[in-house]
Amino acid sequence: MEALVASAVGVLTAAGIFLILRRRTFPVILGLSLLTYAVNVFLFATGRLALNAPAVLNKYEDVPYTDPLPQALVLTAIVISFGMTAVIVMIALSAYLSSKDDHIDMTAQDSVDGAGEDA
Amino acid sequence: MNHWIVAPIVLPAILAPFIIMVLRFHLDLQRIFSVAGVVGLLGIALTITAQASGGDIQVYELGDWPAPFGIVLVLDRMSAMMVLLTALLALPIVLYAIASGWDDRGKHFHALFHFQLMGVCGAFLTGDAFNLFVFFEVLLIASYGLMTHGGGSVRLKAGVQYVAYNLLGSTLFLFALGTIYAVTGTLNMADLAVRVAEIPPEDTALLRVGAVLLLLVFCIKAAVLPLHFWLPASYANAPPPVAALFAIMTKVGAYSILRVYTLAFGPDVAVTDGLIGEWLQPAAMLTLAIGTIGILGSRHIARMVAFCAIASMGTLLIAISLFTPDATAAALYYIFHSTLATALLFLVADMVMERQGGAIAPKPPMPQSGLISALFFVGAIALAGMPPLSGFIGKLLVLDASRDAPDASIIWAVVLIGSFVTIVGLARAGSLIFWKSHDAQHNTEHDPENDEEIPYLPAPEPQPGLAFTSVFGAVLGLVLLTLFAGPALEYTSKTAEQLFTPEQYISAVLGREE
Repeated sequence: MEALVASAVGVLTAAGIFLILRRRTFPVILGLSLLTYAVNVFLFATGRLALNAPAVLNKYEDVPYTDPLPQALVLTAIVISFGMTAVIVMIALSAYLSSKDDHIDMTAQDSVDGAGEDA
Repeated sequence: MNHWIVAPIVLPAILAPFIIMVLRFHLDLQRIFSVAGVVGLLGIALTITAQASGGDIQVYELGDWPAPFGIVLVLDRMSAMMVLLTALLALPIVLYAIASGWDDRGKHFHALFHFQLMGVCGAFLTGDAFNLFVFFEVLLIASYGLMTHGGGSVRLKAGVQYVAYNLLGSTLFLFALGTIYAVTGTLNMADLAVRVAEIPPEDTALLRVGAVLLLLVFCIKAAVLPLHFWLPASYANAPPPVAALFAIMTKVGAYSILRVYTLAFGPDVAVTDGLIGEWLQPAAMLTLAIGTIGILGSRHIARMVAFCAIASMGTLLIAISLFTPDATAAALYYIFHSTLATALLFLVADMVMERQGGAIAPKPPMPQSGLISALFFVGAIALAGMPPLSGFIGKLLVLDASRDAPDASIIWAVVLIGSFVTIVGLARAGSLIFWKSHDAQHNTEHDPENDEEIPYLPAPEPQPGLAFTSVFGAVLGLVLLTLFAGPALEYTSKTAEQLFTPEQYISAVLGREE
């Protein structure tokens, strides 16, 4: 199972990095989402993988339990990455609508007097 | 427990939603509450600085959960100093934003401003690595809104880059924290310090990976060289008052490096021995070099000031990367100075851009050019590190602290040549903008649409009196920092001393268990 989870994180990260290197905003946003999925799975696994184990201690019996802290961390991470993805979608949309261009890089036109990229 | 510690986070956290929900349609009331909030924050910051200056490290347990199980806020000299710097920086900026009408060019400026302050103060106060991530996100979310405040297609495009880059940074932060948690089983910084020291050296490969990943994240925030390229486009295209506030954000990165790599992965911890300083130092020198080259090469004033921010981060990180108490004291003094100086230059840049556009080229004369050029001159002197202002003292301290370092000659050469190039670059920009008589013929050729690329919405009637007062407030800060350099340095030396005896911090945080 460890191999499965590890390769899932690896594949998601690789696909995410491939996509964020694209030139248009939509693949970049998809790539960022894939990366956040990857990091969520990774965070979940940092407390070691345990099957069928509750995240609470049992006072009366010695049964296996799984580390609850990564679950709390991953919950925070999911909420933040979800909100962030929504924000970047909105900003990317308004950038696209106002400039009729969804390239992620600043074009030469944007930097006529040097405000954009290095010319 | 001392409830003042949580006040710098609670005050903006209450004020910002209040501004959104109750005062949404009342700009005047928003302005009043926002300024009152910043003044209140300044009062709180002064109080906690006075409390911390005694040298006790105070701990605030959120929800009364003892560390390391709950999240703690920790007030020591460094965090108090940084909160004070945030409040001191915020006051002139909020006044300037009101006076220049920038807060009226989009919605929710003041609410976002206070959310940003909340994130920055929280990042300075927290004693928990995951909580640091959360406060980073709070300040970043607010900064996304502020960065695109006022709209315009170029600014929005720069905003997309900025958000994408920072989302990537956040993901990296989570990977780093996950790795560190997997090895040590804790994210409380004091507990982390204890556990890291206990790990046998042969089992530290994964922890080293985590430590370096974390350093990369902080380097992204601090705009260290290979990771700096988000900064110029973002800062140059953000509204200048917002860019002035962002001057504190790069310092959050520098603060985090200082905090984590003196406490948990300190210079004398075997795990990361020789890992951090040796990599950080060349990167910092290159950052300084690229910053000064950028100053010399910029053709737009906001972009030039953005490169000034990068150059000052380079000087700062050279001092930090030495990891000695003297150098850290110098770095802390320089943090104070460079934040105020960068913010000052961004505000001056806004004054110029409002009147005649941002291109560094001879332009028709502008109103109040005498005052503005004087302010630019002061800011340039401060940033370049020339006497008589605090930049000179700061750079002198950095050079002095690096005297015994193994490659002192290289550091001296980089800092001194860097300062020289900065002087040349700022002098070039200043003389082109303010001094060089403009050519009437040139002006007719210079078509207006080419003149200003960042589309500014028409500004409401500006109130120059308040605008100049607020900018002079930033100048006053620099002058006071120069005049009271002795007491300030005494404070930063004690702060550095405190940072390099992490046992104090650890026993303060985990003390109740013993």
